[in-house]
Order: sequence, then C-alpha cells, then structure tokens
Amino acid sequence: MTERILVVDDDTALSEMLGIVLRGEGFAPFFCADGTSALRAFREFRPDLVLLDLMLPGRDGVDVCRDIRAESGIPIVMLTAKSDTSDVVLGLEAGADDYIVKPFKPKELLARMRARLRRSDSLEAEHLQIGGLTIDVVGHSVKRDGTAISLTPLEFDLLLCLARKPKQVFTREVLLQDVWGYRHAADTRLVNVHVQRLRAKIEDDPDKPEIVVTVRGVGYKAGPS
Amino acid sequence: MISAARRVRAAWRQSLMLRVTSATLALSIIVVALLGFLLLSRVTSGLLDSTQRSALVEASAGLTDARRVLSAANTGGTPVSASTLVDSVITALAARAGSPGQFDVLLLSNKTTYLAPERGTNLVSVGSVPVDLRDSVAGSDRQSWTYTEIRYLDGRTAPGLVVGAPLNVPTVAPYELYYLFPLTQQQQTLDLVRSAVVGTAVLLVLLVALIVWLVTRQVVAPVRTAARIAERFASGHLEERVVVRGEDDLARMATAFNDMAASIEAQIHQLENLSLVQQRFVSDVSHELRTPLTTVRMAADVLFESRATFDPATARAAELLSTQIDRFEILLADLLEISRYDAGAAALEIDATDLVALVRRVIDSAEPLARRREIEVRLVPHLDVCMVDCDARRIERVVRNLIGNAIEHAEGKPVLVGVGADGLAAAVTVRDHGVGLSEEDLPHVFDRFWRADPARARTTGGTGLGLSIALEDARLHGGWLEAWGEPGAGASFRLTIPCRAGDALVDSPLPLDGAVVEVGEGVIA
Repeated sequence: MTERILVVDDDTALSEMLGIVLRGEGFAPFFCADGTSALRAFREFRPDLVLLDLMLPGRDGVDVCRDIRAESGIPIVMLTAKSDTSDVVLGLEAGADDYIVKPFKPKELLARMRARLRRSDSLEAEHLQIGGLTIDVVGHSVKRDGTAISLTPLEFDLLLCLARKPKQVFTREVLLQDVWGYRHAADTRLVNVHVQRLRAKIEDDPDKPEIVVTVRGVGYKAGPS
Repeated sequence: MISAARRVRAAWRQSLMLRVTSATLALSIIVVALLGFLLLSRVTSGLLDSTQRSALVEASAGLTDARRVLSAANTGGTPVSASTLVDSVITALAARAGSPGQFDVLLLSNKTTYLAPERGTNLVSVGSVPVDLRDSVAGSDRQSWTYTEIRYLDGRTAPGLVVGAPLNVPTVAPYELYYLFPLTQQQQTLDLVRSAVVGTAVLLVLLVALIVWLVTRQVVAPVRTAARIAERFASGHLEERVVVRGEDDLARMATAFNDMAASIEAQIHQLENLSLVQQRFVSDVSHELRTPLTTVRMAADVLFESRATFDPATARAAELLSTQIDRFEILLADLLEISRYDAGAAALEIDATDLVALVRRVIDSAEPLARRREIEVRLVPHLDVCMVDCDARRIERVVRNLIGNAIEHAEGKPVLVGVGADGLAAAVTVRDHGVGLSEEDLPHVFDRFWRADPARARTTGGTGLGLSIALEDARLHGGWLEAWGEPGAGASFRLTIPCRAGDALVDSPLPLDGAVVEVGEGVIA
C-alpha cells in the first residue's frame, strides 16, 4: 500500500526535492505551499503522515498543527530551521509527534517517517490493564470504564510501551529509541511534551499522575509507585 | 576593644557627617574656650581694679588717721602706755570701717614684745599677712599690697586684698599697719560670672554641633540618596532616578545624575535592541540558509546514491559535492553557534549528567575515526561515576571536539582521556603525544579559524571554530578550558566545570599536563 504524505512547505524547490526523494522511496506525496490552505489540503488528500514546515506564509505551522490535531491523530513531523527556539516545544505541544532540523539528510527524514508510520502489528488479541484503563492492542484503542479515550498513534505507542512492562522504569533515551525510533541520543523534550499530552488525556488529575509516573532523575514508568 | 576601635575608625572614614561634625565641634570648643578665658580675665581684672583702687585710697587715709591719732597722743604730755596707744589707733581705724566691717585692720610691730603689743580687729589672724609682704613693708616707707587669704581666729577664711604700710609709733617701736579687705563679694560675683560663661560655652558648643549636624545632614542626605540610587542603577535597575527638589546645587547634581542615567539607559536599550536585531538576524539567516541547503543536500544525496550509473568523473563530482556539503553544513552550524554566543543568546539546559558515561559515549562514537587513523583512545577514569550538573549536549560537544582534535594530532600514539572530580569541580583531560604545541601557539589555540600549522592538510574536516565553541561552552558553564603543549611531547587540554551549576571554580581536580594521567592509570586498574 502506498502511503500518502502531505508536504506543507512554502519553499517550492525543497518541496519538489522532497517529492523526488519520497516518490523514489515509494510514497505518494502531495503538496501545499501555505498555512491557510493546509487544513483544506489535509481534508482533501487524507494523508497517512504530514511533513509540516514551522514557518509558513499565511497560517503559522504551529496553528496548522493544532488544526490538524483537532481532527485527526495522524503522525505529524515538523520541519524546522531552528532547533533551539521555543517554536519546537510549541509545535510539540500543539500535537506534532516529532521534528527534524534542516538541513537534514534524506535518510534521516525517511527513518523518522518510517518510525511514525510503522505499526506494531500484533497477531494475537492482546488486552492490557493499567490503572483504570483497558488497552486493546490490536484495535489500537484505550477505554476507561467502557468509554473510549482518543489517543494519537504516538500516544498509544508511548502508553503501550510503558504498560507492557509495568513498574519498569524507562529512561527518556530508551523511550526515544523504542517509541520514536531514534538510534542516537535525541531531544528529550519530545518525551517530556508527549508524556504531558498523554497524561492530560488518561489521568484523572494530570498534576498528580497515577498511570504514567515520573521517576525523578531517571525517567517514567507505568502504574503506581 | 580592637573591633570597637576598628568600627569607630571605619565610621570615621565612611561618614562625612561624623567628620564634619567632629571637626566643627573641636574648632568651636577651642574658639569658645579662648573667648571664655578672655571674657573671664577682663571681668576679673575690671572687678578687682576698682576694689584695689578704693582699698589703696582707704588704706592711705587710714594711715594718715593713725598718724594723726598717734601725734595727738604724744602732744598730750601725759605719758601713755604702748597698749593704750595701740588700742586707740585700732579703735579709731575700726570706726572708719563701719559695721559690719568693710575691712579689718592689723597693727603689727617689728619686734614682738609685751612692750610693743599687736592688735587687730574682728579676730583677724596675724597669719593673714604673707611673710613676703611683711618684709617688703618693713623694708620700705611706702604702701605695699598683695592678694591673700584672710584668716580669722575662729577658723573662717576669705579671699582678700591686704595693703600694708610702715607706721612709726613714737616711743614704742616701728609698727606696720595692714588693711585687710575681704573680697568675698567679688569672689561670689566672679564665681557667678564663671559658671555663667562656662554654662553658656557648653550650650553654645552643643548648639553649634547640632546645627552643623543638621546642616551637614541636609547636604549629605541627598548625596547618600544619590549614592544609593547610583548603586541600584549600577546593579541593573536602570529605571532608578533621583527625586529633584528645588534648584540648588544638590538639585543640579540630581538633575545631572538623572540625565546621565537616562543617557546610559538609552544606550543600553539601544545595545539591547542591537543584540535583539542581531539575534533575529542570526535566526533569519539560519532559516534562510538552511532551507536551500536542505534542498541541495537532498539533491546531492540523490546524485550520490546513483553515482554508480555515472561516468567516473561525474561520479567523483557527486562524491565531492556530497562531502563538501557535509563540511559546509558543519561550518554553517558552527558559525551560527558562535554568533549565538556573540549575541548572548546561548542558554544552558542544566541536567544531572554522568560525566564518565558521557566521555565513554564520545569515545565510542570517535571509534571509527580512531580506527581509521590507527590510534588507541584510552579512558583513564579516576572514578566510576561522576555526576555533574551540566548541559550534556554542550559538554559532549566539547569532549567530542577535544578527542577529535587529539586523534587528528596524535601521530599514531595513544590518546589518554582522564575524568576526575573532587566534589566541587569535575574535569576531563585529553592528552595526546603527537606533534604538540609550541609556546607561541598556545595563546592562539582557542582563536577562531586558527590553525596550528597552516601547511597541514585538513583531513577531518574541522571548521577551525571547534575550540572557540568549546571555550564558549566551558565559559557558559562557569568553567575553564585550558591547553598545555610542548613541541614533540604532545598536547593536553583540560575542561573543568563546577559540579553544581553556578558554583565558582577554585581549582581543577586533574593536572593539566598529561604526565600524571599515565601514573593514575595504574591506580585505577
């Protein structure tokens, strides 16, 4: 199955180059050059993944990210020229799954995209219980007392990773490797922001988390301490 | 005691008010004492002069009287006893004194015998007349006088003036007639005047001190306020201003200070703006350069991947394009990093980090380069774990840079990496035994784009900014980055950072010249 990629970038040369690389790797790219029409393009193309430039004419990349997230949990990878500014954190908080800093190597980008598109296809029906949550691994759904909680695939993967080995403490580096697919040390802000987003959805009181618990100085673990 | 003295000395040095007030106090005490002394002596002499004049007149009148009484007695024909004679003189003189006696009289003979009796009025004692006066009266025929203490036989004493003159009592003996004027009243007046003068002087001095203190405070208080505000201004409160009151010199000073503060504030804001503009420019350049560079990068990679289908020259061109874009990318990243430091926009992300693990990681990642150059990189940790508060990304970059440099200059000999800590500071040393650094080179190793040997081919693709960035990273941590080198003996670099962020460094736990690192090796093993 050809995966559909929406590229939102105002630089036509880069978009075209991305198109060449993506087509070469068997993806089906679509393009959108400004922020205002990004959401319309998203609805029209129904992509499997969005590559989103943070600096866009019209509507800002962070806002576009929030718009898409309001409708869908599909993976969003930000393209940014600035890694050290608050823009990255803003983008992650707006719901982006990952980001990649320009100039990037094509292989790096493809690895990031594949990590997000990869589905842990479990063959046997598997149900996990953690806190008051029931996780249906095959169905990719999480329920609390029979009510479904809508998680993005990334949040689901993060929760699943922690819930599969309750009480084990995961460092941020390990989570970056297992959930995001990074082989080298990467930005731990990714983990911090997404744990916050996950907690906001699954915890009774996100300020006093009981399902995803912080282990000071080490990382995170599932279940009460 | 000593500390109290020191406190007083410090207060003296620091307080203008104290100095001015004390100086004024001292001067006014001297002036008032001088004036008081003059005043008192004028009053005394004025008071005594008139008393003395009238006393002398009275005494000579008395003397005339006494002579008259004596000559009258002698011309009477009837022989009179000496005592009767003397008594009559005394009675006549005492009558002149009035009641109560304005003075007392003593009639003393030169040779005290029963034939020449001595008489006095009102129990006045012979001891009232000083011996000196008696001598001078006996030796002359004129009036003599002096001040003395008049004694009475009942024990009373009084200050007084004694005037004496010789008086010849015919047929008996040469006598001396003494007039004793008690000066009790004058003494009382003088005492009163003296106490009034002293009291006034003390009051005056205190008042002067108070006035000076108040006046000085009026001047000093605004100066102190200005000093305090200047201090606050200097410590960064640029909006601080002095309140200007009136139009006097202090107000002018305050206005001048405010003008200066406003001008400094404006300049600082201008510089801040410049810095902001600079930061924005760096950020914009970053974005503007990076997007086309990404496109070029991807295009080069596509070409590079399919170089097998090109003819050899084009394939080599694709290779060169790819490697040079790598280099360009690193150079751009380094330039942006440096300009971020220059703009003061670099910020630390402090986290507890294991320095030993960090160094291990860097050595592992440098392994391919080391193997290519057949160089052994050996870790000589002085501890197993070394937890340090630092920005791991930056410290890793510093260590990577040092190790990369060492491998590049190692000339086939091993590179030793040491990690040590002493609770306050942690250090990483990287020692190679290659070409080394000359003394002229050492001060320049951290200069931007500086190369130890311009003729040397650059093979690892360093930008010439690595050590400059490493130095900035170390400084950002409040740490040190130092270099040591000797031609032929190799070079050593030492990074020292405080274990707790924000602490000041005093000393480094590891020596800079690498010799000891090798010794430490045995200790650890």
